[in-house]
Amino acid sequence: MCTPRPKLGLIVNPVAGLGGAVGLKGSDGVDTQEKALALGAVPLSPARATRALERLAKIKDLFDLFTCGGRMGLEATRSAGLAATVITDPGDVTTADDTRNAAQAMAGQGVDLLLFAGGDGTARNIYDAVGDSISVLGIPTGVKIYSGAYAVSPAAAGELAADFLQGKTKETHDAEVMDIDEASLRQGRVSAQLYGYLRIPRRRRLTQGVKASSDAGEAVAAAVAAADVVHKMKAGRYYVIGPGTTTRAVMSELKLEGTLIGVDVVRDGRLEARDVGERQILDLVTGQDASIVVTVIGGQGYLFGRGNQQISARVIREVGRENIIVVATRAKLNSLRWRPLLVDTGDDEVDAVLSGYIRVVTGHDEQAVCKVGGLEV
Amino acid sequence: MRDITKERFQDGKPLLRRYHQARWDEPIIFELSSKDERGILLPEVEKGIRDKVGDVLDALPEGMRRERPPALPEISQPQVLRHYVRLSQQTLGADFNIDVGQGTCTMKYSPKVHEDLARSPHAACLHPYQPDETVQGVLEIMYSFEQILKEVSGMDRFSMQPGAGSAAIYASASIIRKYHEMRGEGDTRDEIITTSFSHPSDAACAKVAGYNIVTLPPDKDGYPDFEALEAAISERTAGLLMTNPEDTGIFNPDIKDFVDLAHENGALCFYDQANANGILGITRSREAGFDLCHFNLHKTFSTPHGCGGPAAGALGVTEELAQFLPTPVVACEDGIYRLDYDRPNSIGKVGAFHGSAGCVIRAYAWAMSLGADGMKTAAEVAVLNNNYFLKKVLEIPGASAPYASGKYRIEQVRYSWEELTKDTGVHSEELGVRAADYGVHYWTSHHPFVIPEPMTLEPTESYTRAELDEYVEILRAVAQEARDNPDKIKKGPYNCPIHQVNHDEFDDPNKWAITWRAYQKKKDK
Repeated sequence: MCTPRPKLGLIVNPVAGLGGAVGLKGSDGVDTQEKALALGAVPLSPARATRALERLAKIKDLFDLFTCGGRMGLEATRSAGLAATVITDPGDVTTADDTRNAAQAMAGQGVDLLLFAGGDGTARNIYDAVGDSISVLGIPTGVKIYSGAYAVSPAAAGELAADFLQGKTKETHDAEVMDIDEASLRQGRVSAQLYGYLRIPRRRRLTQGVKASSDAGEAVAAAVAAADVVHKMKAGRYYVIGPGTTTRAVMSELKLEGTLIGVDVVRDGRLEARDVGERQILDLVTGQDASIVVTVIGGQGYLFGRGNQQISARVIREVGRENIIVVATRAKLNSLRWRPLLVDTGDDEVDAVLSGYIRVVTGHDEQAVCKVGGLEV
Repeated sequence: MRDITKERFQDGKPLLRRYHQARWDEPIIFELSSKDERGILLPEVEKGIRDKVGDVLDALPEGMRRERPPALPEISQPQVLRHYVRLSQQTLGADFNIDVGQGTCTMKYSPKVHEDLARSPHAACLHPYQPDETVQGVLEIMYSFEQILKEVSGMDRFSMQPGAGSAAIYASASIIRKYHEMRGEGDTRDEIITTSFSHPSDAACAKVAGYNIVTLPPDKDGYPDFEALEAAISERTAGLLMTNPEDTGIFNPDIKDFVDLAHENGALCFYDQANANGILGITRSREAGFDLCHFNLHKTFSTPHGCGGPAAGALGVTEELAQFLPTPVVACEDGIYRLDYDRPNSIGKVGAFHGSAGCVIRAYAWAMSLGADGMKTAAEVAVLNNNYFLKKVLEIPGASAPYASGKYRIEQVRYSWEELTKDTGVHSEELGVRAADYGVHYWTSHHPFVIPEPMTLEPTESYTRAELDEYVEILRAVAQEARDNPDKIKKGPYNCPIHQVNHDEFDDPNKWAITWRAYQKKKDK
């Protein structure tokens, strides 16, 4: 039996990373890109994408590559010694629309994996275009990488893609797509949102004898921690469930259809309100027994203020610190190297109350004590 | 004539070995079975005996008789011998590799003469149901070894019954529970605190014993975060279970503060001494204030590691807690040794009888052959070896030792290849597997990894400087290959009997087969 060759898509955001070297905190928008170039920025994204593609050259006969014309893919492809079919050619000046259109074209082509080189803005564009309908993987070339959809380095992205195309890695997992509003950032304010989740390959660890158990059970670990939260829920109490895959596991344990990137409110095992904002949360919980259930969001480890702004300082004041339930897997805490968890509610007083130590539910009757600090340093 | 030294040395320095392991394509022993083939033909019962007792099997109660013969392979002696010798040639055994890569396991030389003692009929043919007066020798060894462990730790009583470090930790958690129960706090004290770099068994075994587990984070220098303990401790805390040095090899000099704070809050403290090899004769758990501690005789005291046993987790406690130790303990009155079963407050049993006597004999022999000064010297050499190794490993581009930068480590180091992985896409496990092509291997870390791309190395006192240098050269070669030819690493190993394994089958309950019977059931699925 002959199985079809796997298809790989490649989109390079050629201007990703432009703003970083010249201190612009990002590269979103044509104006910023022009400013960066005027300041002497050199586009690094295509070269970094090439580094990832070089890792695929060794298996070039095993897959078909589809990409975009010019700097959005073909140049990097050629530099890496690969041949590709060009399915869109946006011309010299590229925009977010070009990324979105290209991603849709790749999905239409039926690619098994879409590699994209860029930063948080690029991940967001990819998410807008294809959601979690196909497997994707980011080659980190941008300034801001808050999103979890990126490999740790271009080389690592190339190796993981090679493993995936060869069937050595089959599992995928959901990775956060986060983006910070660059205009606010340049004015000294950080406003990050959780946009959704992309489906990325998950590298399996080689099994190494009896001491190292398989780590295939991350979803199971989240489910166990979620079950602990649910089993300890009290009658008559409101539970404000924040966004994230771990808190989604709480909703799954409750057999409720919650939102992945929104905030839901449950009581007595029933969904009281779905995808609510600050106002609705306050309407429900003010003067009532209530708890907040949140998980750690993003690669920097935010508890509040990134991606879950609906659970505002006012909501936290109303509910009280002692009624905050944090749930996260050990693997997540490990990936953050146990650095202090971060809060940025926009209210210094609330941030101060939240700082100190907090227990994080990591499993059934298992908690970790984590330090809560201020903003990332 | 060929100059054979040129194949082994260059400019007086040893070259990497051109190692190649045997490959026998050996079937599983069940596949070698041939009906009615026998290793030993038992003689017929002699007529005189038969006339006297009739059918010897008559004595077996009906309900205990098999209906069918056991499903064991039928195979002759020379076939058995060849089979297992072939398998032994396909392992990377402790007797021929520079076994410093199995960090946290304290691989060290287990003198063969100790093996002779443990396997001599005087020891190996004893039965735990023999009357005490007929096994005075082995009871004396157990009692005497207990006195040694008391001296090494400062504790007042020991039990050798736990069959592993984890069993000792489980017994400790059970003792902690019993202690609080007897004080009327059994129901309210339901939490055990441990640390993120402690041995995972501290959390796991206390969990099995029914406790809620609270884990403390490392601070930025890799020490357990004391302020986190202050935040975590309460009237719900039953005990603090921690390793020191932790698996990073970092020793916490403020350990007594942790213990004191736990005591002030009414909790008991257990010192997991799985990593005791660098502190023998240097610090004692009692001086740090601990109430309980254990030693892995199969690590620190040179008893060889079996695959899952036999082992011994010798468990020590203060006088106050001695009443709770597992039953029996070895007692001595007027020079007569006996097993004391009359212990109403004991937690009961965590293993059979008095534990693995063979392990205790080997450990006792090790301690007696070294003496107190010798054991301290062993610890000092282990620490020296480790810090020599640390310096050499850190000279390899891409290697690092996160936390406690610039400080010495105790008996092991958890390194990181994070930088090398970022540069090359090659992961730590792949480097460790490729190292097997040179006759060594290394272990990464427990999962999930805290330190990215980890490698845990523990060079004990048993390794020479030349061996450590050779190991470092292997690491250097493999790390360099990751840069020059990452694909070659990823396809390794090449010189081992088994190349790459399909890991899918480890994770799928429908595919994993730990026994022949399971394999038969699942192979066609």
